[in-house]
Amino acid sequence: MIRRFITLAMILLWAGFAPAAVAQLRIEVIGGGATQIPLAIVPFRAEDGLAQKLTPVIAANLARSGLFRMVDAGGMNPVPHEPEQINYPQWKARGADAVVIGAVSKAADGRYDIRFRVLDATRQVQIAGFVYFATEAQLRLTAHKISDVIYEKLTGDSGVFATRITYVVKRGSRYELHVADADGFGAQTVLSSAEPIISPAWSFDGNRLAYVSFEDKKPVVYVQSLLTGERRAVANFRGSNSAPAWSPDGRRLAVTLTRDGNSQIFLINADGSGAPQRLTQSSAIDTEANFAPDGQSILFTSDRGGGPQIYRVSVNGGAAQRVTFDGSYNVSPRHSPDGKSFTFIQRNGGRFNVAIQDIASRQLQVLSDGGIDESPSFAPNGKTILYATEVRGRGILAAVSSDGRIKQRFTADVGDVREPAWSPVVNK
Amino acid sequence: MKRLVIATALVSILAACSSTPSKEQDAASVEDRGAGAPATAPAQKPPAQAGGVTTQPLKPSVVSSNPLKDPANILSKRSIYFELDSNVVKEEFKPVVAAHARYLQQNRGVKMTIQGHADERGSREYNLALGQRRADAVKQAMQLLGAQADQIETISFGEEKPKATGKDEASWAENRRADLAYPND
Repeated sequence: MIRRFITLAMILLWAGFAPAAVAQLRIEVIGGGATQIPLAIVPFRAEDGLAQKLTPVIAANLARSGLFRMVDAGGMNPVPHEPEQINYPQWKARGADAVVIGAVSKAADGRYDIRFRVLDATRQVQIAGFVYFATEAQLRLTAHKISDVIYEKLTGDSGVFATRITYVVKRGSRYELHVADADGFGAQTVLSSAEPIISPAWSFDGNRLAYVSFEDKKPVVYVQSLLTGERRAVANFRGSNSAPAWSPDGRRLAVTLTRDGNSQIFLINADGSGAPQRLTQSSAIDTEANFAPDGQSILFTSDRGGGPQIYRVSVNGGAAQRVTFDGSYNVSPRHSPDGKSFTFIQRNGGRFNVAIQDIASRQLQVLSDGGIDESPSFAPNGKTILYATEVRGRGILAAVSSDGRIKQRFTADVGDVREPAWSPVVNK
Repeated sequence: MKRLVIATALVSILAACSSTPSKEQDAASVEDRGAGAPATAPAQKPPAQAGGVTTQPLKPSVVSSNPLKDPANILSKRSIYFELDSNVVKEEFKPVVAAHARYLQQNRGVKMTIQGHADERGSREYNLALGQRRADAVKQAMQLLGAQADQIETISFGEEKPKATGKDEASWAENRRADLAYPND
């Protein structure tokens, strides 16, 4: 009950921070980790004067992960900002295992000097302490980076708060490709079109997006630099060109082409130069390629056996091996960042849900229960899977932890949101 | 084919008939106004008027000579619908496919695009490939009936361009289709 109240409070707090009239995604959390770390975050000294307060963003990030329980940090006298001001027994009495304190001041160059510490209330020691120098425009990002440090020190996994996501918004008859912070804030439109946009895919360095645009009244694969905005059609052959996937070195893309007839997977250079090299050889549909993190093999969807199933093929070609055997419809494979598992969509009795399969043991777990779930992709720490679903006929984004325990839902102010992909870069 | 020619001719005649009376009414109304207003200049009267007889130049027929756009022509039918998970061209759509194949055979310079579509359920990319397979099935049927491969490009819109947006079988059935498109559509 208390947990539920805290979650609700976080959502209200969250809603209060969304700038008005901007289409932001808001995140709602359902469920939580088996054990949640009780954490107190003391408002930083002098953060009240900032255009963007830091600790509310940090608290919302950590609460949203489902792995932390926020302990009330109010009413302490004095309010601690330095380690020597900490009264550890008081924090233990409140149930906090860890306490975050910090302070903001102006540096000589006009930027903000933001320093914070993570303290272990049980062992009464500092477990992390960092200083950031940030301009006003970097305050949110700094809050995300601080969240990443706290998350990593207390859970042992790298945080993904300072990462980005991309997704497509359909607004009326227009399509927009957005890039936003992982918490849905700071959305920017990187492409706007009167025709559909699908299948955005991040390069492994996070600087380029490949996607399919129908602006020429047919599917064509483009690569767009997020640094310069420059874009180029890299696969525009006779027939359909779709399903781009980056090689880890960023030099090549796997794409689905129909230039030889049926939908087959080809490797092309990421700059569109040279001739495509055919990778799969079947008389069926082969599509939705995804490179393994080591770059040596590719998972893809094929209906060569009748219904669509997931197969693996070497990047050097050769025979493909089927890897999914459970159910009659398994599609959209995406490797986990460590390459040990993959997520995909499985249809069970007319319901489409996110599933995860361990590569070595072939153990499978269905993670979501939306029924119309699509386009799963891993967070760069492998702990969360972002996907598209529908609520009351409208497309929204959702996320589920890779153990299925924590579910999040991103709600947007307007439009239909679909085709999400999480940037593979940990620190942007 | 003979029936098509007759149908086209009939439409031409009907269109011609309907345009003639309306022109006469126009002329009559101009004359009426002239009569009711004494100050009207003679230049406003119809040019070839004498002894109460009015003549009008013959207007060219407005009927389109393009059979692809003639609603009475089977070539104006452009959608072929499919069953769930199927790319089999159903019996009821074979005449449409045959008519377009003949048109391409008789007009070797004409090129067309067949756009495949799928319903919204499942993976967008797999649906794109399913739409492609439907477009390819129609192309194959047209090739067997005399169209040349290089006259037809098959592409797919997958589930991205639904004709019906409902979440029911009736809507999905409308979205599992292949559309035939010519360059000047």
